[in-house]
Amino acid sequence: MVMLEEKPSHPLDAYMRTDRLPHIWCPGCGIGIALQQFLWAVKELHEEGKLDPNKIVFATGIGCTGRASGFVKFDTAHTPHGRAIPFAVGVKLANPSLIPIVFSGDGDIASIGGNHMMHAARRNFDMLVIMVNNMTYGLTGGQLAPTTPHSVYSTTTPMGNPESPIDATKVVYSISPNFVARMSITHPNLIRDTVKKALLMKGFRWIEVLSTCPEIFGRHINMRDPYELYSRLKKVVKFKKVASANDIKYDWNSEITCGVFTEKNDPSYMENYLSMYGLKEKLGVLSP
Amino acid sequence: MKAEFLNSNQAVAEGAMAAGLGVYVGYPITPSSDMFEYLSEELPKRGGSVFQAEDEIASINALVGASLAGAKSMTATSGPGFSLMMEGIGFAAMVEAPLMIVDVMRAGPSTGIATQIGQGDIYQARWGSHGVYNLVAYAPASAQEAYDYAIKSFNAAYRVRTPVVLMTDAVLAHTRERVVLRDPGELEIVGRKAPKVAPDQYRPYRPDPEDLVPPMAFYGEGYHPIAESLSHDERGYYKTDDEIYRALVSRLVRKVEVNKSKLIASKSYYVEDADVLFVAIGSMARNLLALVRELRGRGIKAGMFRPISLWPFDDESFVAAAARASKIVTVELNQGQLYQILKGILWDNRNKVSNPTIYNLDMPLPTLPTPDEIMGEIESRGWKLW
Ligand SMILES: Cc1ncc(C[n+]2csc(CCOP(=O)(O)OP(=O)(O)O)c2C)c(N)n1
Ligand code: SF4
Repeated sequence: MVMLEEKPSHPLDAYMRTDRLPHIWCPGCGIGIALQQFLWAVKELHEEGKLDPNKIVFATGIGCTGRASGFVKFDTAHTPHGRAIPFAVGVKLANPSLIPIVFSGDGDIASIGGNHMMHAARRNFDMLVIMVNNMTYGLTGGQLAPTTPHSVYSTTTPMGNPESPIDATKVVYSISPNFVARMSITHPNLIRDTVKKALLMKGFRWIEVLSTCPEIFGRHINMRDPYELYSRLKKVVKFKKVASANDIKYDWNSEITCGVFTEKNDPSYMENYLSMYGLKEKLGVLSP
Repeated sequence: MKAEFLNSNQAVAEGAMAAGLGVYVGYPITPSSDMFEYLSEELPKRGGSVFQAEDEIASINALVGASLAGAKSMTATSGPGFSLMMEGIGFAAMVEAPLMIVDVMRAGPSTGIATQIGQGDIYQARWGSHGVYNLVAYAPASAQEAYDYAIKSFNAAYRVRTPVVLMTDAVLAHTRERVVLRDPGELEIVGRKAPKVAPDQYRPYRPDPEDLVPPMAFYGEGYHPIAESLSHDERGYYKTDDEIYRALVSRLVRKVEVNKSKLIASKSYYVEDADVLFVAIGSMARNLLALVRELRGRGIKAGMFRPISLWPFDDESFVAAAARASKIVTVELNQGQLYQILKGILWDNRNKVSNPTIYNLDMPLPTLPTPDEIMGEIESRGWKLW
């Protein structure tokens, strides 16, 4: 038997609180893939000398996805449910050299935090938001999410979902901040590339990441096997360039459109504010 | 030092800026909005930022972020907005973010009367968020005190790393008075206690043993602190163990208690020989003091105790003021919130006071009664006070 003298190390260990592992996510959960791709993006930009990880403030709300803030080795916050976006606003106002990242679930961002999401996008406020969408409330056990497909079962809609889901990416796209994309954990490398691009931009950057929750969402729709759920997601994901909001689809039975939908360089909130109010000193230290 | 003619909303703004205000986030609500407007003009000139959030929930959570990122942070609101902030106040208490909330009290419940005075938020300030924690709340009674206690509120917030509520009211907010603004050198300004250890040894929730307050690393300094809204150990790691939870929340409570002598404030008037001791806060206390003076003129041994720190309460000064009184009368624009506080203190100190009777002159009015109207209310109750 081979004895390991040291704990085997992983290339991303430098960005993790490794003493907190193992993490809480179920086998087959997609959140880890989304987080890993984010960390790869940070690592690559760090190594390219384009990003200082000490400037990152990684804020989450509550939910399975929200637990990510406990595992990453940045300045972090695990805020109340839905409040990571306003928290990030405060961080940036206080110290424009910091880079706020919000990483949270679809319920957290699009339901309880929906108003904050809309207004941060409208302001083109300087932050990167990564919304991990597993179409359910994972942490609380499979209740209806605003993203749950129509007619599928949830624990609070035992006869099937009578509502239509929100397409949060379409909503954000319609508000037109600097960056809007939807990715999927079925195509991990594309998440990494997209995050790398968005991390270096200014203003409001939005990336939805479609994810799988075999334990809760999958189990309730008879796709408990992670591979089966993953394959189902992969089948519905379609990468496209879109010309208008009408071209973005969020339909579990036909197409969930993925891709980079907006990429521009409009002045961000902080740029506008600091220059209008003559706060030149702070403008000088402004990070993406 | 210079003197200006300001209302207390403006005085709070000046006090906060004197204390080093860096970020103000708010959502408009009467009777607090003119403080927001005033700061929108003034704060950027002094290097700070003002931001109008989409609601009060966003305001308070942004303040927590701003505080942890190193800015002295404040918001101002009134009844309905204060209610919306409660979850965020608990968050600030849990992650020990020093910040200041100005609650310009108005008539409630619910939307109540937007332009009129209320005093019904005393308990909400203290117990409004769920769970086990302590905070600090002050109730000034003049524009000068509004200025002074804006500074003291920030000092208290940084001394114990906790949210502080500065409770004014609609009348005070819009009454103009002469306010002495002090020069920077004349002020005591308390800042954060910075960590003295290397980042890899830093534990964001490890308190100093004497004051139970953990040194505070700001975001961006390389210490990687975790702001954890869940129950956590000294590293900020989520833990559900009974002992860790208990140690955490009892420290959140006790850190205010062990620093109490630096936080409490009150004023006593004519109490040396007072037989009837009145108790009131804010604008009400000013009209009541006029009545006390009138009673003194009629040979009645009346006095007044005015708590300024509501939480923690200056119970020792109150007990000293009440030592000789046979009657204690709380006068409030609510159903008796001070009355409830005082009953408990009198019971705890029953060997130090002469068994006084305590009367609850509750006047749940949306307007401030004149001294005559207070007198009329006393007479209408038929109490034998003198
Ligand atoms: C104010 C408040 N309401 C409700 C909850 C309970 N709660 C915790 S997580 C959650 C839903 C999380 O869903 P989502 O954001 O989709 O995250 P996931 O667990 O699926 O990653 C809810 C409702 C809470 N913690 N706070
Ligand atoms: S419950 Fe679902 S979302 Fe949560 S960790 Fe398990 S698989 Fe992932």
